[in-house]
Amino acid sequence: MAARVVGAGETAPAKYAWEIQARGLRLRAGRRTAVRGVDLTLGRGVHGLLGPNGAGKTTLIRALATVLRPAAGELELFGERPRERAGLRGLRRRIGYLPQNFGFYRRFTVREFVEYMAWLKEMPKGEVPGAVQRAIDRVGLADRADEKLKALSGGMVRRAGIAQAIVNDPGILLLDEPTAGLDPAQRMRFRELLRELGSDTCVVVSTHLVEDVATACGAVVLIDEGRLAFQGSPADLAAAGTETDLGDSPSERGYSALLARHREAK
Amino acid sequence: MHASTELISRYLSGDRSIGADTEWALEAHLESCPVCRARLAEATRSAPGVSALVDRGWRELAPVMAASRPASARRFRGTAWVTPAMVPWLCGAVFVTLLAVVFGSVTDAGSVLFLLAPVVPVLGVAAAWSRGLDPMYELTVATPRAGLALILRRTAAVVMAVLPLLAAGSIVVGVSPLVWLLPSLACTLTSLALGSVIGVERAALGVCVVWLLAFLVPVVARLEALPAHAPWSVPVWGGASFLAGVALVVRGRALTTLAPGFRGLGEQGGL
Repeated sequence: MAARVVGAGETAPAKYAWEIQARGLRLRAGRRTAVRGVDLTLGRGVHGLLGPNGAGKTTLIRALATVLRPAAGELELFGERPRERAGLRGLRRRIGYLPQNFGFYRRFTVREFVEYMAWLKEMPKGEVPGAVQRAIDRVGLADRADEKLKALSGGMVRRAGIAQAIVNDPGILLLDEPTAGLDPAQRMRFRELLRELGSDTCVVVSTHLVEDVATACGAVVLIDEGRLAFQGSPADLAAAGTETDLGDSPSERGYSALLARHREAK
Repeated sequence: MHASTELISRYLSGDRSIGADTEWALEAHLESCPVCRARLAEATRSAPGVSALVDRGWRELAPVMAASRPASARRFRGTAWVTPAMVPWLCGAVFVTLLAVVFGSVTDAGSVLFLLAPVVPVLGVAAAWSRGLDPMYELTVATPRAGLALILRRTAAVVMAVLPLLAAGSIVVGVSPLVWLLPSLACTLTSLALGSVIGVERAALGVCVVWLLAFLVPVVARLEALPAHAPWSVPVWGGASFLAGVALVVRGRALTTLAPGFRGLGEQGGL
């Protein structure tokens, strides 16, 4: 990685215990209540947000990105409650967000796209070119940086999306289905990048691929029908399954066992 | 303050006696100080062992750096004011305005311009902050710049493009621009203030529909005198603008998040 000057803000001691803390969080998507009372504490590291389609993963991530206002419950990011009254700017500068189906201007080049996002994230002007170059290098798009987005494959566009999410060196990085559309080699590189980012960032990766979680995440959060079904390590997830459970790998068997247990308990 | 030449040469020769803390401080200083970096480079030339190491480093880096092209010279940042998603709409607005001016000057019906003048900037507000029209909406709303300032900036770009046309048009047609300026302002501010409650897109469309229904129907049907010529018009439009402005100042921050229950693009796939 390219060296850079470490700012005073980065070395200042943290005044919070957890990057993300939620208590009894309820969220609505449209008229439906998508998340019904979730308690979460997430610190640094890579957290895999697992769950079947419709479990509320996207809604939860949008709330963590301060896009969606919680309907009830408490949410604290970096020890602060996101409140419009106080202004969300400070919080949002420290968050990176990759939406599930993110749109882009097709005529933008990769660099223009990431630069534009850096501008929207209010990064200091002098830092933008270097930060953009670093982000593009990290996702392995350096040789395509000046190509238009419409000329890129789906996997490359997704990597450009990851580049914009990490361009501001966020303390909380929210990635909604980032591995969709990546080929196996890219997926492996992406997992490596995730592990690297997780060393000093709170990364939340939503996915419905159990293998992503088992190989790249340090912790697993399993939600089902808007409720927390399990929180633990990938090893715990694998240990939860038995030979009789559905799945091709220990983690998959653990996943289906935990889901079934959670549904029975209700 | 700069590091001494002596300290730099000791650092360069790998002198352990300078201590870890001094070394750390020197490295941190070197990262931010071009003068001391230049001195270090100068000193490196007289140390063959180090310069060989540096040369090897550069040789190994060369292919990596060749692959990553550095940023080109900065271009004009038009996207700060007008997003590519707004361009077709902007062209349409200019076209419609021209059409109204031509129509107005031929038929001598200045009312068309009067009707159109508030609608054009209001639709500009909608285009500036639209989930449907702007593919980058979901990315944009999560950024610190999202909110009233960005919406106003984009709206201003639209208004700046359309206003001179409308003004020139109304002079050609023979209607004072002052007649529609206040209603325009009132409608634009109302749609923004309302937008902080129900979403900018819905608010703008709602204001347009109400405006057109309230004035298009009577004006076209009976061809009465323009409502704005009535003596009550200035206080009414001025008051409405003022109220909407106050509401906007109070509620403006609400534009930075979506109210609970608003649907976004994100739900299309998973939920």
